[in-house]
Amino acid sequence: MVPSRGLPSGSRPTGVSVGPAWSEAPCPILVVDRNGGIVEVNEAARTLLSGTAGGDRPSWHLPDWLADAHRCVTGGPSTTCAPTRSGRIGERMFEAFPTPHPDGDVVWWLIDDTDRRLAEETLRRAQERAAVLAGVSGTLLSSLSVQTCVEAAARLAVHHLADAAVLISPASPAGSDRFPVTFARAGGPVTGTTRTVDPATVPGLAEALQGLPSVPACWIDPGEVPAWVIPQGFEGPVGSVVVTPLPGHGVPDGALILLRSVGRRAFAEDEEAFAGLFAARVGAALSSVRVYGEQSRVTALLMRELLPPALGTVHGVEYAGRFRPFQDSERIGGDFYDVHPGADPAEETLVVLGDVAGKGLDAAVLTGRVRNSLHALRPLAHDHGHVLGLLNTALLTSPHERFVTLALASVLRRRAGRVRLRLTSAGHPPPLVLRADGRVEESGTYGDLLGAMPSVSFRTEELVLAPGETCLLYTDGITEARGGPVGGELYGVERLARDLTGRAGMPAEAVVERVHMLAAQWLGRGRHDDMAVVAIGAPRTGPLAVVDGDGHADRRGGADPHVGEDVRSPNTHWRQKRTRRT
Amino acid sequence: MTDTGKTAADLRDRLWSAVLGGDAYTATDTLYQGLDIGLDTETLLLDVIGAVQEKVGTEWAADRITVAQEHAATAVNERVVTALVPSSPVPADTGWGPSRGRVTVACVEGEWHAFPARLVAEVLALRGWQVDYLGAQTPGPHLITHLRRTGADAVLLSSSLPTRLPTAHAMIAACQAAGVPVMVGGRAFGPDGRYARACGADRWAANAREAATALEGGLTAATPSPGSTTARQPVDDLPHLADQEYTMVVKSRTRLVEETLAGLREEVPALRLYTDVQHERTAEDHAHIVDFLAAALYVDDTALFTGFIGWTADVLEARSVSPRCLVPGLHLLARRLHDFPRATALLHAGAATVAARPGTGPGNTA
Repeated sequence: MVPSRGLPSGSRPTGVSVGPAWSEAPCPILVVDRNGGIVEVNEAARTLLSGTAGGDRPSWHLPDWLADAHRCVTGGPSTTCAPTRSGRIGERMFEAFPTPHPDGDVVWWLIDDTDRRLAEETLRRAQERAAVLAGVSGTLLSSLSVQTCVEAAARLAVHHLADAAVLISPASPAGSDRFPVTFARAGGPVTGTTRTVDPATVPGLAEALQGLPSVPACWIDPGEVPAWVIPQGFEGPVGSVVVTPLPGHGVPDGALILLRSVGRRAFAEDEEAFAGLFAARVGAALSSVRVYGEQSRVTALLMRELLPPALGTVHGVEYAGRFRPFQDSERIGGDFYDVHPGADPAEETLVVLGDVAGKGLDAAVLTGRVRNSLHALRPLAHDHGHVLGLLNTALLTSPHERFVTLALASVLRRRAGRVRLRLTSAGHPPPLVLRADGRVEESGTYGDLLGAMPSVSFRTEELVLAPGETCLLYTDGITEARGGPVGGELYGVERLARDLTGRAGMPAEAVVERVHMLAAQWLGRGRHDDMAVVAIGAPRTGPLAVVDGDGHADRRGGADPHVGEDVRSPNTHWRQKRTRRT
Repeated sequence: MTDTGKTAADLRDRLWSAVLGGDAYTATDTLYQGLDIGLDTETLLLDVIGAVQEKVGTEWAADRITVAQEHAATAVNERVVTALVPSSPVPADTGWGPSRGRVTVACVEGEWHAFPARLVAEVLALRGWQVDYLGAQTPGPHLITHLRRTGADAVLLSSSLPTRLPTAHAMIAACQAAGVPVMVGGRAFGPDGRYARACGADRWAANAREAATALEGGLTAATPSPGSTTARQPVDDLPHLADQEYTMVVKSRTRLVEETLAGLREEVPALRLYTDVQHERTAEDHAHIVDFLAAALYVDDTALFTGFIGWTADVLEARSVSPRCLVPGLHLLARRLHDFPRATALLHAGAATVAARPGTGPGNTA
């Protein structure tokens, strides 16, 4: 039983006596008189002090930190000091708690907190490193190109681990001795090069590139590191080196060399371990980046066939098209268009605009089939009804149960810049015609949608565009856009026709862009379906008086409606028509 | 004025009449003559074509050209630029670009005014940069995918309408999170670029030459601390967003416009005689007012709103409509938004802008 306050009264002149329970207590206890002399100790304290002093009792004395603390306790209220009541005795750390006795003696209870301190220190370092690693992962994951990822890794290695870092990527081509190498040093730029490397000449590199465990830093002689490894501007000779593999998914993804100059502490064992963790993050990130790159390459390749084609001028007629998928993160969808040029100017060019029921990738795959079928059926295009009938039969027998609507236009340029069109709609909004006098006409073609009924019929309409006039094919995503100033209202064909009134004479691409802009502005932030627009324009033969049909000043577009709102043509056919006119 | 200046002015006049007539051939020839007498392509792009395009805007606002002429002029200018710039071979997509570096030029999502961005792209290409020009209305995800694929050194974002500022802000943050520094330009960012700073852009450029100079000086991210990957939220840059005024106005946009129109029909008898088309234009005007109000709340800037009201007043006056017709709508909105101190203050400032105009007495309100 240990008394909580004071000491059991005893016969000793010091006024403090030690009972058996007290003397056998597991924590060291010392009784110290007002002058700092040790009066009594318990067994635990005896063992502790003997371990440090080794001699007999008179040579025992208080460690300095405890002597200071003792003076503070016995010095009375006037003493000003802020002692740390903890310190080292021998190999261990103690915290000391005093119990003053009325006669001036103080009982000091010593609690061993060595392990707690060690644990705290370890925890602090671990937290620090976890934070570093989280930051490293975040930075590496935000770079989805191999090059930026490698550069970021080298920069981070220098920031957190070493004076310089050299990242050796896997040989390219695989199996050769050509390695992309990235250098970084503190306060310097990150540079990259591809060079011939014999891994055997760099200590530890051959092992690291094979993904074998790292050679311990203390085994590597910094003097053996070849000069090319040391980045330009590295200060002083190399003092210590770590070479660690970058473990990828299943295969090593290169190696990381960390250099410290002689002026700095050599890599400790735990720092090497941390370098390994860092390298694991880098390797994982690099593997992901490589997989992502490969995936995007494949996706881009496969998608190329499904992307809307670039249009331009064919046989003296302007074509322009633009597609906006229902989700702006997508590039393809259920709307599509194609222009199949005639073999020569005397042969009709076939224009197709279509809409497969549904959205996204599924619909896009079917658009690919429909587009291929129509390409094959092109020789029969003198009879639109025949082509559409064949396509309908094909769709009915296909496993995809989707409807398709289509607009077909066969285009032929005639004399004096006039363009003859044969238009057929299969369940599609009838095309609009922008006439030179500013009017907008709706064509009279109509017909059934495809893929639903075994027998279908259509009415083809023939019309002629004068120079400067444009025929506009569009999918219902445009006219069914919901929005407007008060929201929820359909854009509608009447409004589209009204907004295009007086816009004759604009190039086909400007008309297409205009229609998309009108729909986008009507939508505001609203959701929308796939939208596709194709314009067929009879080029103007000379300057044309532009009329504003309704005479209304268009204020849509807000503060700045004047700057290039109609045309975006970075890669259009105009690029190819750059030869100087003579 | 220097000889070059005089020549450029002369070419501007000739290009102006050509584009107004929609005559791409004469327009192109005019520029080729500029090359023949020794003007460089950059001067022609910026001081001739760019200046003419700017004039298209001011002349339209002043009602001296029709909207159709404006479209034709813009279309011709686009063609002229294409004819003028040398076609450069597209460098291989290696990721390790040429010495000058690789940059992406794009318009903010929802921005259809691509011409200024195009001029910037062409000027940078002329000065030796590898430029990816993405054109009008670039969806954010496409831009980020593109930046990651090409490893761009910098991205230049263009926007002309301040109502796109919230979108621009999000795109700027997304580009920076992908590790690419962002330079912005265009009228949306304010005459001195003040909204560019508000939206956290690394750099603002007043024009194409300034953009090129800034890039040549080396554009680095403003926050280059390694490992700093905490996703930035709009409210981190714009703490006033915490008062929810912007959020509320955007959320109730449709209702605000509807209620204002209903109120106007009560208060302004002339409105009842409007045709459907006139009604729709009035609705659009008020939708614009709400949109600009929201933008002004977003960046917390009165000048953004009063500037828009002043511009609208100019446009109306040029078309013989009294700017006074804006005032009832502003008051109605202020009454609807009486719980929102910043919004009400903006609307009152807008009404005061109209009232302070010379010759804007009471009277015609339609």
